Amino acid sequence: MRKDAYPEDTGLDYLEMAKGKEPQGKEAQPPVQTDFKLIGRPTPRIDGHLVVTGRAKYTHDIFFKDMLYAKILRSPHASAEITSIDLSAARSLPGVKAVLPLKEGRVKYEGEQIAAVAAVDENTAEEALRLISVEYKVLPHVVSPEKAMAEGAPRVHDSANVEKLNEYSRGNIDQGFAEAEVTFERTYRTAIEIHHPVETHASIAKWDEDALTVWDSTQAIFSVRDGLARALGIPATKVRVIKMYMGGGFGSKLSFNEHTVAAARLAKEAGRPVKIMLSRKENSLCVGNRPSTRITIKGGAKKDGTLTALSLKNYTCGGVARGNSGSEPLIDIYKCPNVKVEELTVYTNTGGGRATRAPGHVQGTFALEGFMEEFAAELGLDPLEFRRKNYTTSNLGGTGIVYSSKGLDKCYDIGAQKIGWDRRNKRPGDGQGKKRRGLGMGSQIWWGAGVPGTLADIKLHRDGSVEAVSGTQDIGCGTRTYMATIAAETLGLEPQDITVKIGDTTYPWAPISGGSLTAPSVGPAVRDAALKAADHLKDMAAKKLNVPAADIVLAGKKLYDKNHPENAIVFKDLVGQLSRETVFHGERADLPAGFAYNTFGAHFAEVEVDTETGRISVLKHVAVHEVGRILNTLTAESQVVGGITQGISTALFEERVIDESLGKMVNPNLQTYKIATSMDMPEIVPLFVDLADPRINNLGNKGLGEPPRIPSSAAVANAVYNAIGVHLREIPMTPDKVLKALRDKEAGS
Amino acid sequence: MEKATKKKSRTVTRRAFLQGLGGGAAGAALATRIRGQAGGVGQAGVTLSPALSQKSINFKVNGKSLSVDVEPRESLLEVLREKLKLTGAKKTCGRGECGGCTVLIDGQAVYSCLFPAVRADGKQVITVEGLAEGDRLHPVQQAFIEKDGYQCGYCTPGFIMSSVALLNDIPAPSPEQIKAGLSGNLCRCGNYVKIYEAVASASQKMRKD
Repeated sequence: MRKDAYPEDTGLDYLEMAKGKEPQGKEAQPPVQTDFKLIGRPTPRIDGHLVVTGRAKYTHDIFFKDMLYAKILRSPHASAEITSIDLSAARSLPGVKAVLPLKEGRVKYEGEQIAAVAAVDENTAEEALRLISVEYKVLPHVVSPEKAMAEGAPRVHDSANVEKLNEYSRGNIDQGFAEAEVTFERTYRTAIEIHHPVETHASIAKWDEDALTVWDSTQAIFSVRDGLARALGIPATKVRVIKMYMGGGFGSKLSFNEHTVAAARLAKEAGRPVKIMLSRKENSLCVGNRPSTRITIKGGAKKDGTLTALSLKNYTCGGVARGNSGSEPLIDIYKCPNVKVEELTVYTNTGGGRATRAPGHVQGTFALEGFMEEFAAELGLDPLEFRRKNYTTSNLGGTGIVYSSKGLDKCYDIGAQKIGWDRRNKRPGDGQGKKRRGLGMGSQIWWGAGVPGTLADIKLHRDGSVEAVSGTQDIGCGTRTYMATIAAETLGLEPQDITVKIGDTTYPWAPISGGSLTAPSVGPAVRDAALKAADHLKDMAAKKLNVPAADIVLAGKKLYDKNHPENAIVFKDLVGQLSRETVFHGERADLPAGFAYNTFGAHFAEVEVDTETGRISVLKHVAVHEVGRILNTLTAESQVVGGITQGISTALFEERVIDESLGKMVNPNLQTYKIATSMDMPEIVPLFVDLADPRINNLGNKGLGEPPRIPSSAAVANAVYNAIGVHLREIPMTPDKVLKALRDKEAGS
Repeated sequence: MEKATKKKSRTVTRRAFLQGLGGGAAGAALATRIRGQAGGVGQAGVTLSPALSQKSINFKVNGKSLSVDVEPRESLLEVLREKLKLTGAKKTCGRGECGGCTVLIDGQAVYSCLFPAVRADGKQVITVEGLAEGDRLHPVQQAFIEKDGYQCGYCTPGFIMSSVALLNDIPAPSPEQIKAGLSGNLCRCGNYVKIYEAVASASQKMRKD
């Protein structure tokens, strides 16, 4: 039996991926075209009809003949030793086709896998789980980070419960504070939140002789393929992973999962396809969460607001896995020569953290931007002016290399104007009455340059039809649609003319869909392939039309001489003259060295706080982002709207609650784990500073997945501060905390 | 467009949630009674005789008359997805919290995960697969595409069915009525405001046609 065969997924590995490699490229790409006809327009999704008619197939929706259903028995204890396990009764239940032990020895959190069964239907599988008898020796557990840090706390792993996660320094922090005329220190806390994609994690495993095909609800088909190959001890060439549609992931589906391995092993044993779909409770317990943070920031500044020093200490908790580093925004976004960071992770007997849309940055930005707002008030400065005062055009707080493009200043200008920044309370809490309004803001930085080496093909068929192919994933961001748009733009066609094929490891390699990587990785690869196809067709047309290839234009489903547009050949007719179907390989090129590539944005929120009930209503939320060129304004807006909605949800509602004495989660469902609903929505204004980055790639686009998620919670919290004059410094800002803060303020504490 | 049979006009909030919940309790009681008669604990689907454990129901799904054998413990959602392979309605929570399984039963939006399949006997069920007429999409479906009223698309069938029920009840809803009418459905990608736009646009279009 395998023991701890699967390394815990961590946010850190993901951050490394999101950051990308050091730029390697020697020279800039050819100049980015600016006069696009399709790219940058609002294009409805090319597969929308499949989604709205219920015909889009998600992993849950796929069935095979003789398919079995798997379920996993999970530990009810936060910490225990398995002393015996008896699978015989489950094995002999009619309808059960395979049973697997998955764990021996110690279990470290509620929901850890113990055994798996596969049966003819879900009810029988459920019955079989009840027939498995496991004896546990229950061990002491610890579920709160504070208690885990205490002397004599039960150890979660063999090593200490507190471990170094990250450290960083530049300049001289002591000198920085010595130069300061004002110093200020505050501590901010964020809760553990659960991803809760609407489609729970699911996999189907099907063997054909020694080859395995897996349909998986995943953001990362190649990671699943390689993980399965390793876990099963078979070559990657024998594993194929397919993902057609996926019902949300937000980071929880970035790595391959234990339950997928279990499905594959059960399928092998039973000789039949096996499907596993996790329950909402399992989704709450054992496939990740956003780690909590307790971040203390100390800053030093001159009276005019010039920052001289920033230090950050973070205690983060990701249960049995490592927590999140939350220091990147502080390290990068403001000009500051002296910085010191120390981050520690605290282990508890709870489900492990995973990357969650903008891991670390959501928490770190809530802390940093709350601090900036409070420090501005201490200095008697407008918080936006304070931020502008410390603006930088190079990374590492002005001590590093210059940004290839940075439009944060424009985001500030547009956002402040759209929200009516002048309407804010000049001093936090100046408002009167039972319902008080306030305005707040937050700044955003993230990576989003994409992954050099990403592949895509353009395939021309002799009947004139065109395929764009890449082993990427559409996780809801409209990947299929921008691939079609880029191919159509380059070949003079319409998006509907392109058949997009993605989500299969038999296609050319593409990275995980997470970390704002997909569009700046796959988009340029498709563009590269399509440009090669266009060049080939232009050469062919030049010969047919007797003009130089440089004079051939590809537009309106034709190729023609730009000087004599009537001298033309129809696209389909020209492609029909290819000697065979022809594939053009595209690759996302290296990033030119010597520059920093980042995305930026600013959010502005207006809230109303009911001082009698403690209820916070967000009234308006303006988001302005600079993420290079926008590929599709319609789907880009949706991504921003989603980032804001999730940020409001985090700011106001979301928290995993664990009973300390039992070590069990008390809200593992969508009824008691609160998320934002349609009733909680403000007016949302999603805007872009649409600047093509001149050197990042052949389209000038950056990623957009994380950016709108990053400053949204911070902006809401800062607006609450502006409304009531006291910063809660803790999310979610539930009514009880608001009322307590107001009471404490009145009491003068 | 598909004209779902409308029962009565009323204020739409969490709609048939309570109705569905009541049905769930009744269904559970029924299942217990039948299992009790057989004297078995658990294993209901395996050891009980088909005569006791199965009931044949006749109902219309997307206009088609069907007869299906169902177990008393099966929800309408399970029958739609597993037996009829109509996978538009999704199982997201399985307990009436999210609306991903919303279908129309006699014109009313209902959480099919809480609705015992046996109670569908004699009813007209419309799922998201039954809204379009051939290639011609329902105006609500069309509006979801045009306004980008989705991201991952998994909650979309539920939202579309709730929107259709809302517009059947209130053809010209106010923004507040749209919010309330969709409050029984969760979208984790967070696209609610785009969904409002889609519903408002469909409402306009349907009144014009």
